[in-house]
Amino acid sequence: MAPALVVARRELAGYFATPVAYVFIVIFLVLAGALTFTLGGFFSRGQADLQPFFSFIPWLFLFLVPALTMRLWAEERRLGTIELLLTLPLPQWQAVLGKFLAAWAFCGIALALTFPLWITVNALGDPDNGVILAGYVGCLLVAGAYLAVGSALSALTRNQVIAFVLAVALCFLFAAAGSPVVTEFLSVRIPVLAEVARALSVADRFNGFTRGVIGARDLVFFASFIGFFLFLNAVVLDHRKAD
Amino acid sequence: MAALIEIERLTKRFGGFTAVDDVSFAVDRGEVLGFLGPNGAGKSTTMRMLAGFMPPTAGTARICGADVVARPVAAKRSLGFLPEGAPTYPEMTVTGFLGFAARIRGFRGSELHDRVANAMLLTQLEGVRLQPIETLSKGFKRRVGLAQALLHDPPVLVLDEPTDGLDPNQKHEVRDLIRRMAPQKAIVISTHILEEVGAVCTRAIIIARGRVVVDAPPSVLEREGQSLDDVFRALTLGPPPADGAAREAA
Repeated sequence: MAPALVVARRELAGYFATPVAYVFIVIFLVLAGALTFTLGGFFSRGQADLQPFFSFIPWLFLFLVPALTMRLWAEERRLGTIELLLTLPLPQWQAVLGKFLAAWAFCGIALALTFPLWITVNALGDPDNGVILAGYVGCLLVAGAYLAVGSALSALTRNQVIAFVLAVALCFLFAAAGSPVVTEFLSVRIPVLAEVARALSVADRFNGFTRGVIGARDLVFFASFIGFFLFLNAVVLDHRKAD
Repeated sequence: MAALIEIERLTKRFGGFTAVDDVSFAVDRGEVLGFLGPNGAGKSTTMRMLAGFMPPTAGTARICGADVVARPVAAKRSLGFLPEGAPTYPEMTVTGFLGFAARIRGFRGSELHDRVANAMLLTQLEGVRLQPIETLSKGFKRRVGLAQALLHDPPVLVLDEPTDGLDPNQKHEVRDLIRRMAPQKAIVISTHILEEVGAVCTRAIIIARGRVVVDAPPSVLEREGQSLDDVFRALTLGPPPADGAAREAA
């Protein structure tokens, strides 16, 4: 097993050893369900798909994922275990990757537990399960993108509240970058940036997945987005290990 | 063959503050080096740089010939490190924690099991093996950290205050353990308990304001007609002695 997977395994077990995991999963499921059935109009739409559920995911993760990542490195600093972890014989990027993978797997578990929604649409109608699968892949990628951002910011500060607020703000920037409010404003003032904003928008990319389209360009976007922020995480960690 | 630990002109600055200033020494197999100094003298910073946790501002440190900056993983493989305060993951059990460290070090299957069992035997942890670390007393926590450092039987041991928080019996046991391992290893321990230096160390370095002020066997220090206590106070309280004066005192 690669050292990154050893770290990931320990981290994941750590989530479930504390109430963090259970609180996160319960709140996520309650909010996702409530939003889907009330604001999303799951029944009144009269369509057998998970569109109402998927449409809330980027906004729900916007708050829940930073809550998960704010402690990633800040907690290691508080306990002093960062000194232990980074003096074990593993390359630093493997420690960064391991922590990320654990948090990502945890988000995957939370998403998998929304399966009753999937059962419901299949019982009520005849949905396109391929589209639903693509939507879930999109959800996982959005979670990964936010996790990478949050993890890098957690390495930047030892204060968990600051890590949370900064992560929400930055994730919001990437989520809202493609929204009409932002792009229309930018296209009037700085047309070049409007294109950039649309290209960097996590929510825009995600919409493709919920329509059932898994585009190579979108996959490359998410992979490089996550890769970039994990790289940033490793660099920040290298410079601020002991602070 | 070069010494197992080689430190050359190691320096660490934090902004305008120089925590470690041009420190050089080497530790060979069979030596137990006692690293002494008042709080804030730069002991932990030196050890952190040696363990590859903090990059030095200037100078180099090598463990078994591997530079800690250029070849960090190779250097860390030969090193057992007990960080200051013996940090551990509180929610893990003792075996879980040691198993994690062993897995990172590449041990698998029955060897992993044997390594963990042996480390717990050496540090007398079998009685609490399935307890979460957060429920243990300070002395046990320290020994869990020590067990983690001994797990892979490394040629180099760097222990930051290994006996802090232990009761007199446990202190005695840890010193015994260090003495038993000494012939095969190069060991650096930091401490501010001076009697410990006489008890286990073959050599003592006193560091004050980031500089080495004395490097000598403890017996030589005491032979000056003073107790270690007096030597320590004389060297670390007054104004920093000039380089030549320090060598003479040593």
